[in-house]
Amino acid sequence: MFKKRNRLFFLIFVLPTFAAFIIGFIYPFFSGIYLSFCKFRTVSNAQFIGIDNYIKAFQNEGFLQSFWFTCVFVVLSVVLINLIAFAVAYILTLGIRGSNVFRTVFFMPNLIGGIILGYIWQQIFNGILQKYSTNLALNETYGFWGLIILMCWQQAGYMMIIYIAGFQSVPHDLYEAARIDGASKSQILTKVTIPMMAPSITICTFLTLTNSFKLFDQNLALTNGLPGVVGAGGTTIYKTEMIALNIYKTFYANQNSRGIGQAEAVIFFVIVVVIALAQLYFTRKREVQQ
Amino acid sequence: MAIVKAKEPKKHKKQTLGMKIMTIVLSVISVFYVAPVFFVLMNSFKSNAGISRGVFELPNAETFQGFQSYITGMFFGDFPFWQTILCSFFITVFGVALILVCTSMCAWYLMRSNSIICKIIYYFCIFSMVVPFQMVMFTLAKTADTLKLTNPVGILVVYLGFGAGLAVFMFSGFVKSIPIEIEEAANVDGAGPLRTFFGIVLPIMKPTFISVGILETMWIWNDYLLPYLILDKTYYKTIPIHIQYLNGSYGHTDTSAIMALIVLSIVPIIIFYFACQKYIIEGVVAGAVKG
Repeated sequence: MFKKRNRLFFLIFVLPTFAAFIIGFIYPFFSGIYLSFCKFRTVSNAQFIGIDNYIKAFQNEGFLQSFWFTCVFVVLSVVLINLIAFAVAYILTLGIRGSNVFRTVFFMPNLIGGIILGYIWQQIFNGILQKYSTNLALNETYGFWGLIILMCWQQAGYMMIIYIAGFQSVPHDLYEAARIDGASKSQILTKVTIPMMAPSITICTFLTLTNSFKLFDQNLALTNGLPGVVGAGGTTIYKTEMIALNIYKTFYANQNSRGIGQAEAVIFFVIVVVIALAQLYFTRKREVQQ
Repeated sequence: MAIVKAKEPKKHKKQTLGMKIMTIVLSVISVFYVAPVFFVLMNSFKSNAGISRGVFELPNAETFQGFQSYITGMFFGDFPFWQTILCSFFITVFGVALILVCTSMCAWYLMRSNSIICKIIYYFCIFSMVVPFQMVMFTLAKTADTLKLTNPVGILVVYLGFGAGLAVFMFSGFVKSIPIEIEEAANVDGAGPLRTFFGIVLPIMKPTFISVGILETMWIWNDYLLPYLILDKTYYKTIPIHIQYLNGSYGHTDTSAIMALIVLSIVPIIIFYFACQKYIIEGVVAGAVKG
């Protein structure tokens, strides 16, 4: 449609977005990568120091702790959310009474922001724990399970919606054929439904994976990383801090560790890219098979 | 686009015993799902003393204080909440509008042009969806500061830039499915690119407009870190910033007021949800399947 000489229309159509994109993404991204190799407090006084920041990041106990905390959290939340969402979606597509009402209710938490959800659940958990004269900030086990419950409560509805769409896209004659061949209900589920649902399962797994991995708001509002203990190096290690929150604190709690914070952010970015590439790989592989 | 609709409960479909039990089980779970909202609503009517006595107790004559927390939170204090709501509302509405108009135009041009620059921009947009915000947060805040984008108008530019990835991706996906012959016909009839876009392409793209609009609205309305780092917080706060600010001021936390403000900030979303539930759910599925 457009020839190369069409400068005027490029200006009208693309430039507003492109200019904002440079300000909002391209420039910050590349200067972020550059700064991860620098010692700096502000952008203007950056000094190039090579890979020092990365070495320090891997020696940072708080970062390693948050990394393992995040990994455990991600594995558990991905499994739980998907199992719950799949089961509920399965039940809702059976045609039981009130399906639409249930669907509406289960999706609702997704519209409320992470900060507000975190605050609401903090009050609820502390209200319960108060009876045992303890609270979320005193024991990391409570913080961990609190975060899991909060994430299941919020995300299961979202994934359920995607699974419902998946269930409805399975052609009906497949079920009929299976039934005529004498398959039992559980055989139909494992041999027909689940293989046909593979695309939805891939999508939901990766969505929950990236959502849990990048989790920030809920973590900040629910526990803010508490409880903290003094580690071997004299720095405070926060027991329920996830990677995103740890990076944020490395940046803004201490001006001298900004370079390390930026290096941690790059490591975080690389991990997320690896997850995204894995998703791409699985999606492509499936498309080839079909 | 997949049409998402839980199977209409057919009137004549026989409800077996198992299905009846499922209905009961799901009803119980539903109660737990809406319970936190009622929990907040209940506590917003109690005094602080009443809340500290027990958050699960129903308000009684002693602890009930009506709408007092709402009024205090809304109009008094260093930073009255009505300003916050206005600020959040402004940023969300105009941010989404700006994203929709600019990125749909951009996506159409990118798809209909063969130049190498357009290809590069397109792949950068897709790439930007993967990058976590922590990666750019420091440099983005500095850039916004240098360019004086620290007010509700300036932040719209940042949202356009950072939200462009998903929007361009979704619009491009749709543009690919529009037969180019329609546009060529318009061209032959003498319509220029602007007329072709606004007269022909834009009306066809309506479903994608709704999907993108919903996804971006949910994102911007609930976003915390981006406005927190970019806005000049002495003058402007969005709802999540305000709640977190009140929560973080240890010692003098006015729990009752926070509860009241949470109710006030949830109400618009719930109304929005019930008003366009169908579109929201379709939008989410479209976004998930393509993203």
